[in-house]
Amino acid sequence: MSATETVPVAEGIDTLDALEAEAIHIIREVVAEFERPVLLFSGGKDSVLVLHLAAKAFWPAKVPFPVLHVDTGHNFPEVIEFRDRTVERLGLRLEVASVQDYLDDGRLSERADGTRNPLQTQPLLDGIAAGRHDAVFGGARRDEDKARAKERILSLRDEFGQWDPRNQRPELWDLYNGRHTVGQHVRAFPISNWTELDVWRYIEREGIELPPLYYAHEREVYLRDGMWRAISDVSPARADETVERRIVRYRTVGDMSCTGAVESDAASVGDVVREIALSTLTERGATRADDRISEAAMEDRKKDGYF
Amino acid sequence: MGALLRFATAGSVDDGKSTLVGRLLHDSKAILADQLESVTRTSAERGFGGEPGAIDFALLTDGLRAEREQGITIDVAYRYFSTGRRSFILADCPGHVQYTRNMVTGATTADAVVVLVDARNGVLEQTRRHLAVVALLRVPHVIIAVNKIDLLDYSQSAYDTVASDVAALARELGLADTHVIPVSALAGDNIVDRSANTPWFDGPSLLELLETLPSLDELETEFEALRMPVQLVIRPQGSLAHDVADAEAFRDYRAFAGRIASGTVRVGDRVQVFPGGATTTVTGIDAGSTTVEAASAPRSVSLRLADQLDAARGAVIVAEGALPTPRRELDASVFWLGATPLRPGARVLVKSGTSTVQALVTDIVGRRDLDTLALEPAGALEINDIGQVRVRLAAELPVEEYSTHRRAGAFLVIDPQSGYTLAAGIVTEAPPASPEAVAEAEAAAAWVAV
Ligand SMILES: Nc1nc2c(ncn2[C@@H]2O[C@H](COP(=O)(O)OP(=O)(O)OP(=O)(O)O)[C@@H](O)[C@H]2O)c(=O)[nH]1
Ligand SMILES: [Mg+2]
Repeated sequence: MSATETVPVAEGIDTLDALEAEAIHIIREVVAEFERPVLLFSGGKDSVLVLHLAAKAFWPAKVPFPVLHVDTGHNFPEVIEFRDRTVERLGLRLEVASVQDYLDDGRLSERADGTRNPLQTQPLLDGIAAGRHDAVFGGARRDEDKARAKERILSLRDEFGQWDPRNQRPELWDLYNGRHTVGQHVRAFPISNWTELDVWRYIEREGIELPPLYYAHEREVYLRDGMWRAISDVSPARADETVERRIVRYRTVGDMSCTGAVESDAASVGDVVREIALSTLTERGATRADDRISEAAMEDRKKDGYF
Repeated sequence: MGALLRFATAGSVDDGKSTLVGRLLHDSKAILADQLESVTRTSAERGFGGEPGAIDFALLTDGLRAEREQGITIDVAYRYFSTGRRSFILADCPGHVQYTRNMVTGATTADAVVVLVDARNGVLEQTRRHLAVVALLRVPHVIIAVNKIDLLDYSQSAYDTVASDVAALARELGLADTHVIPVSALAGDNIVDRSANTPWFDGPSLLELLETLPSLDELETEFEALRMPVQLVIRPQGSLAHDVADAEAFRDYRAFAGRIASGTVRVGDRVQVFPGGATTTVTGIDAGSTTVEAASAPRSVSLRLADQLDAARGAVIVAEGALPTPRRELDASVFWLGATPLRPGARVLVKSGTSTVQALVTDIVGRRDLDTLALEPAGALEINDIGQVRVRLAAELPVEEYSTHRRAGAFLVIDPQSGYTLAAGIVTEAPPASPEAVAEAEAAAAWVAV
């Protein structure tokens, strides 16, 4: 039997190797100990990375769980295209929890500020319940935010999907305790310990494909709250905002109504690695309007069951 | 670049752990502009330090609403930074006794622990408790940071007094590699750069020291025999990954997936499999779609074996001749995390490696007294107690003593009802029997002999 290539024995183990080994270990533990895991997959770089690690963890078998996308209806079209192509290529089942459906039938209503990010929680929790998922993989990283910095790798959620940061279970060594009772579920974060730079270095090393908007491209944008916003049906410019064409890229990919682009000429993954290494802003600070609302915006959303 | 180093902070509440962490991140240029702006703004809003522009560095890790309101750390914050010499994963732990479980969480994965001691107060009860945890877990490196020396005019004699107290305690606890540094977390003395305020101290700064300590994996590689707990068996049958070109070649593929706990495995190696002890040969090592000739701890791999063995999750693959003695009874030290006390006769679950088995706590041999550090008789273990226990298992486990093999000797005690993690456990040798017990056993033996 022959596999794709044979590499010589590696000398020692570098940071990326250590992070990869830890992530694969976590993914396999969850698959071994839970009945119905699912991966939250948005097409963003972190969820693409977790999917890549899952593929490695089970190769030559296919990834043994479906993926779930919470669709705000405000997605970048090229990300949805990438999502569908990836799921198709890997032969996975895609479950979609649609915020638009909830708005259409009145279970949710549009917020005054137009952002749909906080509206994702209810469809997410319903999607988890509908799929009877007892474990939900996410691509959250501790370096993204000060509330996320406090999260366990295996994080227990109650019947209401709530996170209780004052009362987390101890998590000892790499012995993950996934015991839970009926109605509870567990969120699992295999790339908790990766930084943005680790993610990009690994994407470069492994040649992982991402949606094109992570790389420099020309786009019609306008400046709001110090961030470049894309022109679209859901994110129109106000009369006092000037629309111009700029060379930009995205550092995070979320809801179009609250994700900003950064000016950048980083067109290749190597360029991005160099750019991130020199960046003076965090990724969420540079690109997420939703986290600017308050000091503890992420913590509050997480307590309510957000990812 | 050197290997990744994981380190945690420890020490009593308010001794300056979070401030030290913030200072370390700030002075090693690991804080980005928007984070700095946000903590500067919050510091001003909260009137920190009384001077305009003063930064409360603890806000860099105390990220929860409740932590900021109370000015204490509740749960571990993980931060990441690197210098030209290596990358670090830092766990800033709480000092408050109520959150000791979270400090234990941070310390179990640490290659090094930085224990802060307020120079004005010296060693407090919680300092002793944290140092006892560090000793129990055998954290390889301990750095004692004698903090707030700015408040004592950088006095050498004040530092010397505290340093010699802690050093004595470290010796009593049997801590291995201990370093002591005088620091001011607030002012930044001896954190990243050596300070001109302590000309009497000729050791390295905290960061210099952290840059040079060998990590656990560096200390442990090459020494130990191969051991890999099996997480699951990979058998694709019809369900092949999209990038498998030759489906026919993988029809009967079967491999044991796991993370190597110790040692190195090479294609052609003879190995034994627990349970049963059958011997076979490694025919292939897969790391994703890449086939490798060899792999070492702590890599995650899939091993193909020459013989069809009936092994599943919970099995352990070891180097030939290194089969552990299966154990039904464990002598163990535990750090009790449960709110309800542990009493003899408790039915629990024990999770070790990839096995979870039912267990019965048959004896509480004793409880470690924090003042005398001696093992004293105890009827129960209360929350935050360190105790010595005997446990009977419902099935054999392939454990080793923690002192010789960390990953094979660590276990969780889990509440079968609530699922809560009740204790951090480590397998020990049998404790020395008390003189009375020895006399009793001898008498019994003599009686039998007659
Ligand atoms: N003067 C002086 N004050 C300090 C120093 N280090 C910390 N402090 C102050 O001590 C207080 C407690 O500091 P923290 O860093 O929050 O203490 P901690 O050890 O993290 O506390 P917990 O995490 O709650 O256990 C704060 O008011 C700090 O500003 C120091 O070196 N000198
Ligand atoms: Mg603190």
